[in-house]
Amino acid sequence: MNEKATTIIAFCCIYCAYAAADLAGSMRLQYTSNVRIIRTPCTGRLEVEFFLRALENGADGVLVAGCEEGSCHFKEGNLIAKRRVAYARKLLAESGLEQERLKMVNVSAAGARPLIEHIKEMAETVNKLGPSPLNRAGESIRQEAKL
Amino acid sequence: MIVAERKSITELLDMLPNDSKVLVLGCGTCVTVCLAGGEREVSIIASALRIASKARGLGYTVSELTIERQCDNIFIEQAAEAIEKVDVVLSLGCGAGVQAIAERFLKKPVYAGLNTKFLGILEERGMWTEKCAQCGSCVLHQYGGICPITRCAKHLLNGPCGGSREDRCEVRPDRPCAWQLIYQRLKGIGQLDRLEKIEPPKQWSTSLSGGPRVIIREDHRI
Repeated sequence: MNEKATTIIAFCCIYCAYAAADLAGSMRLQYTSNVRIIRTPCTGRLEVEFFLRALENGADGVLVAGCEEGSCHFKEGNLIAKRRVAYARKLLAESGLEQERLKMVNVSAAGARPLIEHIKEMAETVNKLGPSPLNRAGESIRQEAKL
Repeated sequence: MIVAERKSITELLDMLPNDSKVLVLGCGTCVTVCLAGGEREVSIIASALRIASKARGLGYTVSELTIERQCDNIFIEQAAEAIEKVDVVLSLGCGAGVQAIAERFLKKPVYAGLNTKFLGILEERGMWTEKCAQCGSCVLHQYGGICPITRCAKHLLNGPCGGSREDRCEVRPDRPCAWQLIYQRLKGIGQLDRLEKIEPPKQWSTSLSGGPRVIIREDHRI
């Protein structure tokens, strides 16, 4: 499947994954082009409905990238996010959407390569699952992304 | 406060008719505090229903609204316009809220999105425990403010039962023995003598066993 036909939203914590993505850019590391990175002050800021709304509005996958456990800038934001992601995955399974479309990973600010591996893995998962059955609404997201 | 718990999305899908306009109606009072049916939960459940509708082809059109209190006509009025526009209401209020909405809108099916559980308090973050069984004739003064009807698994008025182990309840080892708590509390406030009195069998007619209860305050009636 053409990965350009899918969209992955990556919520990246400014203290780790976002810095890692920045570093990946400086290092000229390549990753899949269908990822849209959203900078967040901490993954603990992310609510369950953020993940659901992203998928509802056409994202084919949602990646939540927070600090390594034990090194959250706000002490336990990433642990809160971990529980919220688990709760949202349960809701997705009950709703009939593959819960693999939502995943949380932990990377450090220096982890450009691990982040890229996580993104690639997520892209592979989404490719295997195919476009989200909800992604008719997602056309608008992709069109917006093209502009 | 009233403590309730969300029904699973699967249960909600079984309940709601296909191809219908659904209003997910939250309540801003007790169920908001116990994180079951407030504005945030309305948003989450509505989102999950929309996902389920698209993923399973159920044809729902889902809208959201949260009012301050579902058990009060003054606040229910604020939902009238939104309710008129939909086929069914999925109420995230407690049992009283669901019934208040159903009574007010005679031709509108109203479904309960929550299971109303008990009258309780937030004991720890994310953990609610039952404190009152609404028996209708409170005996808390006799037991140092700890309710043996609610908190003793055997509802003993003349406890303890003899089965508790190391201050844990025999029926639920993860919970403390209410009678151990009562003893400690009465000892602390110097009222251990209360335990010497044998309590006669409780009059249960004031509870739900006596039928649905009504309170009438003549001084407030018009």
